[in-house]
Amino acid sequence: MSDKQGKVLGVSGNMVSVNFTGDVRMNEVAYIVLSGDDGEAIRLKAEVIRIRGRECDMQVFEDTRGIRVGTPVEFTDELLAIELGPGLLTMTYDGLGNPLDALANKCGFFLQRGVYLPTLDRERVWAWTPVARIGQRLKAGDALGTVPESMYTHRVMVPFGIVGAVEVLDVAPPGEMTVAQTVAKVKLVETGEIRELNMVMPWAVKRPINAYAERLLPETPLTTRIRIVDAFFPVAEGGTACVPGPFGSGKTVFQQGVSKFAEADVVIVAACGERAGEVVETLREFPELIDPRTGKSLMERTIIICNTSSMPVAAREASVYTAVTLAEYYRQMGLRALLLADSTSRWAQALREMSGRLEEIPGEEAFPAYLSSLIAAFYERAGLVRLEDPNLGTTKGSVTTIGTVSPAGGNFEEPVTQSTLAVVGCFLGLTYARSYAKRFPAISPIDSWSKYIERMRPSLEKIYYPGWVDTVKRLGGYYAAGQRVGDQMKVVGEEDLSLSDFVHYLGAEFIDAVFLQQNAFNPIDASPEAARTSLSLQLTARIVDHDFGFTSKVEARDTFTELTANFRDWNITATDAPEYQQLLDRMEARLGGAAQA
Amino acid sequence: MRKVYTHIEQIVGPVVSLHAEGIAYGELARIRLKDGNTTYATVIKLQGDLVTLQVFAGSKGISTGDEVEFLGRQVQLGFSAENLLGRTFNGVGEPIDGRPALQQTTDIDIGGPSFNPARRIIPSELITTGIPMIDMFNTLVKSQKLPIFSVAGEPYNELLARIALQARADVIVLGGMGLKYDDYLFFKNELVPSKERTILFVHTAADPVVECMMVPDMALAAAEQYATDGKDVLVLLTDMTAYADAMKEVAVAMEQIPANRGYPGDLYSQLAARYEKAVDIEGSGSITLLAVTTMPGDDVTHPVPDNTGYITEGQFYLKGGVIDPFGSLSRLKQLVNKKTREDHAPVMNAMIRLYDASRKVRQQQSMGFSISAFDKAVLSYGDEFETRMMDLKVNLPLEAQLDLGWEILANHFTPAQTTLPTKLTDEYWPASA
Ligand SMILES: Nc1ncnc2c1ncn2[C@@H]1O[C@H](COP(=O)(O)OP(=O)(O)OP(=O)(O)O)[C@@H](O)[C@H]1O
Ligand SMILES: [Mg+2]
Repeated sequence: MSDKQGKVLGVSGNMVSVNFTGDVRMNEVAYIVLSGDDGEAIRLKAEVIRIRGRECDMQVFEDTRGIRVGTPVEFTDELLAIELGPGLLTMTYDGLGNPLDALANKCGFFLQRGVYLPTLDRERVWAWTPVARIGQRLKAGDALGTVPESMYTHRVMVPFGIVGAVEVLDVAPPGEMTVAQTVAKVKLVETGEIRELNMVMPWAVKRPINAYAERLLPETPLTTRIRIVDAFFPVAEGGTACVPGPFGSGKTVFQQGVSKFAEADVVIVAACGERAGEVVETLREFPELIDPRTGKSLMERTIIICNTSSMPVAAREASVYTAVTLAEYYRQMGLRALLLADSTSRWAQALREMSGRLEEIPGEEAFPAYLSSLIAAFYERAGLVRLEDPNLGTTKGSVTTIGTVSPAGGNFEEPVTQSTLAVVGCFLGLTYARSYAKRFPAISPIDSWSKYIERMRPSLEKIYYPGWVDTVKRLGGYYAAGQRVGDQMKVVGEEDLSLSDFVHYLGAEFIDAVFLQQNAFNPIDASPEAARTSLSLQLTARIVDHDFGFTSKVEARDTFTELTANFRDWNITATDAPEYQQLLDRMEARLGGAAQA
Repeated sequence: MRKVYTHIEQIVGPVVSLHAEGIAYGELARIRLKDGNTTYATVIKLQGDLVTLQVFAGSKGISTGDEVEFLGRQVQLGFSAENLLGRTFNGVGEPIDGRPALQQTTDIDIGGPSFNPARRIIPSELITTGIPMIDMFNTLVKSQKLPIFSVAGEPYNELLARIALQARADVIVLGGMGLKYDDYLFFKNELVPSKERTILFVHTAADPVVECMMVPDMALAAAEQYATDGKDVLVLLTDMTAYADAMKEVAVAMEQIPANRGYPGDLYSQLAARYEKAVDIEGSGSITLLAVTTMPGDDVTHPVPDNTGYITEGQFYLKGGVIDPFGSLSRLKQLVNKKTREDHAPVMNAMIRLYDASRKVRQQQSMGFSISAFDKAVLSYGDEFETRMMDLKVNLPLEAQLDLGWEILANHFTPAQTTLPTKLTDEYWPASA
């Protein structure tokens, strides 16, 4: 317990000003101690966010009702942190790392303020295998030993915060251990300090974990099985993407699809200030869904950070940092972590609320002036890294971050969207027009972009086929030109359009209908494998390129209508169903060729 | 003895400040005016010994010398499961129906904590309202939160009243905010038939603005009591834009920096905290929430409807006196559409597709293009769809709505023209057609 003391001076919403003695750290955690009705103290967690003289301002992670001027404040000396260690996978936490299931067991249906539970289960036992040898010199992030967690080898590491080398004095033999039991004893070489280590590593969430050898340029895609993304705007493993869109345009459905089907080892779903009901779908569905790659349920690779819209706003601000810290932690194990944050606008709004209470000079739309640097720093925590472990050798790990943005009025010219677009590698812009027309996913094929596509060409062509990128680019150009013809047609009418222009327009609509659109609610269409997507793209291209020799617009329209129907049926037909080949044959027949196997 | 303070420092809008000690954030205070009236207020800011209060009745007539007494508790609702039903209250929870004060009540906190997301369940039951544009086309699901986007002059309160009368729910809580007195009387008269299961919390346009801000919390606190007691509760709120405007007024009086068109930066969080009270409690009751949100200038990007759309699970657009089938969406409908009748989803989709076609044909026709025989069928179908399906007065059970759908289709098309699967047309196509 520290000797510093505080007393509340003022309360405004979830901000509390405190007068203190002793030394206070920025971002230090403190507790405001209320006396409850039954005489028992209620301790409300808060974080120091500004210090001026003997006064500091704190954001409180709870409802502040009942706080008085003079209410005592206890400081902890600790920064806002989360416990890292085995047992995080499959769990659902609030923004501060409290396990929601355990909270419900303790408090019932409603969340109660001032109740905090350990992030890691203290009872559960793990099969510990030592990796480090006695006498060995290690550095932060090197493995002391491992335990199996879900389908992975979870590395228990030298704490990331340790500066300089440590010498291993002792390491526990193989056996069953709980996270709180000591697994190693090390000496800090520089100071001579001796530390006993267990499997729990607290980490200040606002500090990036950088216990890796080097950062690498992302060169391979993180496949999502969403066709328009994987083909036209691929996201790199270790890269970043921004998904802005007006309400109801499909941001959450998109993120849910990616969380199910993306080629990642660990998925962190951060439900940041959105609907609780959406998290429940993931919570209830994932344990039932089997991931074909691992044969285990999807929950085994998932962690949910759930700080939904009615939960305290300050904890919402913390939640994105908690989530990215977990992603970085699993990256340190040589795994591909994927962070899906829905919605980063709610985080930005939490910053705005606090900034307003601090009476800072507001920037655009009252967001604080430092908004863009915080957004940049958040996305910078993604990345592909090389890890060098003296005992486990060289591995790569990655954090890929995909964040949604909910722009006010659906207008992308607003601070959060603009600040995010300035730093991400991929922009998947959802449009009202496409969602209104039920063309899902409503990602604009015209405005979206990916900066990764050229650099990933070799790996893309290995996954799909040689020449894939060229087909994509050609179809993209063809589609854009066809859309312009469509716009022109709206003005001049169909009659005044030349037959070839009209066919071009139909071709663009065809690309949209059979390749760009994808029904997230159809079990087959929702998640085509790479081989199938290759075939889809090739077939789409051949149909669009084919010279049908149309003599009239009616004939052209009828042909494309029929091909569209066949292709869309094929999209929802399982590869092992008899219709699969029949539909392909029917389309091939239209192309005048013999059916291809 | 509680200390009585007799000097108010500052009065701005509905917000007053005074020096006082030992006061809790959120605490309730009673203000005795010189003229003998009493009003209440809550603490919304503490700064040293300067206490800022929002006054329920507004600051009109308040004098710097009025007596302020802090009551040592938060705002509460006096609740009694039996005695609340059939009654009407103001935004502060006082009866305004001329009947005696409630007996045997328990004081419950308003604006209580959130439901633990880990204890939520996937919504799975529909709530029928008898209105085809809802039940058949955008099914309302138990525990759903949906706004009715509309503009002044549209019959949104009539729609709410019809839903209150026709919906299958154990308890109906209606919260009125900024209601015109006529609308208040309308609800009072209209809801007589379902009186014994209805509770009204009413703030009229003439009432003080702070009371307006209390209405959703009062209504939802009452709803939560019934829901945790196994009742299915339907909460109807009108008009949430008045509620947001009340928040804006207080924020301005507090000199807060506005985020967007004068609204405070926490508008989203404040609205969400209320909407997220909608819940289906495993093994117990539920809260379903329908809230009228008028769009100033018919602009859906206005901060109130915009923030609302980001919170709710779809929206009903009430336009031209009908629920617009294109802009409206129940995002939860797919959770229940499979459980109704096998033809529900296909008929719904076919009817909407053909109605969309009818609007396009109508447009072409108005531009002077010639139209085909099929187009003519589509046009006459569109007309019948509007009069027999979209009219808000239609009140039918869901099965009858589906049958009516088939009947209308058969009046204009052959089974093949609807492109519905033969398996369905064989079974459901009306024999007389
Ligand atoms: N890929 C898809 N396939 C089919 N329907 C979709 C798809 N994407 C979205 N939809 C439809 O759009 C609706 C809204 O999608 P979603 O909830 O993802 O929107 P959102 O952008 O997250 O909205 P908000 O900002 O309000 O959270 C869904 O309920 C669904 O009906
Ligand atoms: Mg969403």
